[in-house]
Amino acid sequence: MARKLPRKDVVIVGLGWTGSILAHELTDAGLDVVAIERGPWRDTATDFNLAYAPDELRYAVRKDLFLQPAQEAMTMRNNVSQTALPMRDYGSFLPGTGVGGAGTHWNGHTWRFFPSDFVLKTHLTERYGAERISDLQIQDWGVTYDEMESAFDRFEYLCGISGKAGNLNGAIQQGGNPFEGPRKRDYPLPPMQMTYAPTLFAEAARSKGLHPFPTPSANLSGPYVNPLGIAMGQCTACGFCERFGCANYSKSSAHTTVLPVLMRKSNFEARTECEVLKINLSADGKTATGVTYVDVNGEAFEQPADLVLLNAYGLFNVRLMLLSGIGKPYDPSSGEGVVGRNYCYQTNAGTQVFFEGKHMNPFIAAGALGQTVDDYNGDAFDHGPLDFVGGAGLNCIPTNGRPIQYRPVPPGTPRWGAAWKKATKQYYNNTLTFSSQGSSYATRGNYLDLDPTYKDRFGRPLLRVTFDFPDNDVRMSNWISDRMQEIANALGGKQSVVAKLRKGWNSVPYQSTHNTGGAIMGTDPKTSAVNRHLQSWDVPNVFVIGASAFPQNAGKNPTGPVGALAFWAADAIRNHYLKNPGKLVEA
Amino acid sequence: MPSSFLSRRRFLSSTGMMLLIASAPGARAAEYAGALPWKPFAALPPDPPPGGRWYVFTPEEARTVEAVVDRLIPADELSIGGKEAGCASFIDRQLAGSYGSSDRLYMQGPFAAGLPTQGYQGSATPAGRYREGLAALNKHARATLGGKAFFELAPAEQDKVLQDFEAGKVEYKPAAGFFNLVLQNTMEGFFADPIYGGNKDMAGWKFIGFPGARYDYRDYVTAHNKPFPLPPLSIAGRPEWKTGDK
Repeated sequence: MARKLPRKDVVIVGLGWTGSILAHELTDAGLDVVAIERGPWRDTATDFNLAYAPDELRYAVRKDLFLQPAQEAMTMRNNVSQTALPMRDYGSFLPGTGVGGAGTHWNGHTWRFFPSDFVLKTHLTERYGAERISDLQIQDWGVTYDEMESAFDRFEYLCGISGKAGNLNGAIQQGGNPFEGPRKRDYPLPPMQMTYAPTLFAEAARSKGLHPFPTPSANLSGPYVNPLGIAMGQCTACGFCERFGCANYSKSSAHTTVLPVLMRKSNFEARTECEVLKINLSADGKTATGVTYVDVNGEAFEQPADLVLLNAYGLFNVRLMLLSGIGKPYDPSSGEGVVGRNYCYQTNAGTQVFFEGKHMNPFIAAGALGQTVDDYNGDAFDHGPLDFVGGAGLNCIPTNGRPIQYRPVPPGTPRWGAAWKKATKQYYNNTLTFSSQGSSYATRGNYLDLDPTYKDRFGRPLLRVTFDFPDNDVRMSNWISDRMQEIANALGGKQSVVAKLRKGWNSVPYQSTHNTGGAIMGTDPKTSAVNRHLQSWDVPNVFVIGASAFPQNAGKNPTGPVGALAFWAADAIRNHYLKNPGKLVEA
Repeated sequence: MPSSFLSRRRFLSSTGMMLLIASAPGARAAEYAGALPWKPFAALPPDPPPGGRWYVFTPEEARTVEAVVDRLIPADELSIGGKEAGCASFIDRQLAGSYGSSDRLYMQGPFAAGLPTQGYQGSATPAGRYREGLAALNKHARATLGGKAFFELAPAEQDKVLQDFEAGKVEYKPAAGFFNLVLQNTMEGFFADPIYGGNKDMAGWKFIGFPGARYDYRDYVTAHNKPFPLPPLSIAGRPEWKTGDK
């Protein structure tokens, strides 16, 4: 039997980016908050120690900071005709764990989605007609870019994002992203200084009439004190960013922007190495009474609370809803149900340009130090004559030169022996890489549910991921690859290789930890799991916050919108829910 | 306590020897409130087992792996070979830890033959795959090349055997998968920080020009297309920093 603990006002499941922001906001509102985190406590001084942080084997290859499959795995298949099997090791994406969550080891690309992304169904239908998107399950978010602007701004200023505005109150700014939505003020810090490869990429893109700009970066271009009074330092371009904790207080994360203030509050408590098994519901299933969790000794506890916030990684938010019976599970055969609906990913392809006699120095790098071209992203360009919707950001962001995983050689090079050695030495410092990060649009057959066979260490069913790249997205990505080839040709070099995406999502090679959807927001409880304030339609004292809320994914990294949604939901709770607990939107 | 519980240490550290105690007795979930729970000396530094002995490999297995890694990365004018760089000892020490036992992976059944998109679905651990694969390698060599073990063959003969394993053109069905595992681990050994037993004197890093565990390149960010002037650095420092090495 679970031991029952004293009641709290709020229980937060997962102490990563969104959990930290919600905890900070709600403790400011005077509430008594406990966060329950299944991974360990982590902070910069002890866990991302400068003396041994630059360790590729330990952190990038053996993945020391990530969620281990033994703790929680999930199963995958490309479509319902296949039998899902467990991903016995994580490969295509790498969920985080521990305090700070996946925000510990992200790269720091910090975007706002385009205004059209938030009203995508309405926008595409108006521009191209309903038939054009009839094989996709595209939906509006239920919130507009203009409504989200201040939330984006707050997240960017919390983090100290380094970038250059492209649109200030409607006026296009030279050197920024001319396709972005209007922002009320510029980024808190100027862009990072550019390394060599992104500089060459930007010159080549400009020569093709495109509009490159510095990628908005959570690796800081200079010292910064955020609105909470927490200080950060300038990024040193060490090239140990993604898959690593930042040892230098230079990458925005919960550790470097929220926790030093949050942890000093008397009305906040963090319990780590405690795994939430389920959200407990009242007999009628309409109210959450708290959560049940198990500590590191296997002892079960019941934590009663008035408000339950799901702030785990998006995929695990969805799994906890399914395990707890919150919301109707999605059924791809009927298209009905909402939990697990509209699972989306990212549609990527890479380009390598091989030179001679250059010094690219790929090890001088940071996770978000680079240049982006958005001319072919989202609906920034006319899709009228094309056979797809969506697009991709083109990114030249060489994040590292770590040699276990980064050793580019031209195709046809043997994988070992003397010829391999010669090519490896020749091209390590002579290769420029850039890539497309494409939108991922929902289809009826891509979804999340509980696996019928495989169980976790507590005997609970694993999450089952059913996903393949939609035909629309494959056409989009291949068209984008042709645009990459044009830039590669402008770059010159001795040889260039542009990848073309094919159907058959493979769970083994790393692609992207940008898993979205499954508990999407919207205006209709028949097609969304949470309302526009991220409140469960079915259990109004549960809010579900994260990329799980995205109706579909854009050609951009999701953390910016995730952080903004955290502030957006916090505002709804503080300004509306607490005054009158109950449904914020009547269906 | 369920036996499937893993201690923090085993989850966190891939680098050291596997702890035999599953969880510290009396360990409690940590509760933190009122302050940042910073403790001096609380960090978990890398903890690789010392070299100078074989932990997993038998003498014949060790000689076989040394011969393999020296063909995958042969000594030439560009660098020392995989054997001298310590790749075999690196692999042995990795197999002795959580990596070798698949401790951190999802190892619950049922085990089914999967599709290529579903990744490795075998129940064998890396340590088990080496034991079986190395035996198969020597069996194949002895059966086809005059009764000699792999490590007794001439380099050209060794290359031929490795090529056949890589292409899966041998009787041993898991040959190609085993070859890929060995190739991956050999590259890890040649390019990982020397603290793990390979990459002797940072030979792998010198070979390609990787400066190693440096953490501040600010002075060089805008030095476009110029050679980086500093030598590589390990987590353990540089050899000449150590007392008595001068």
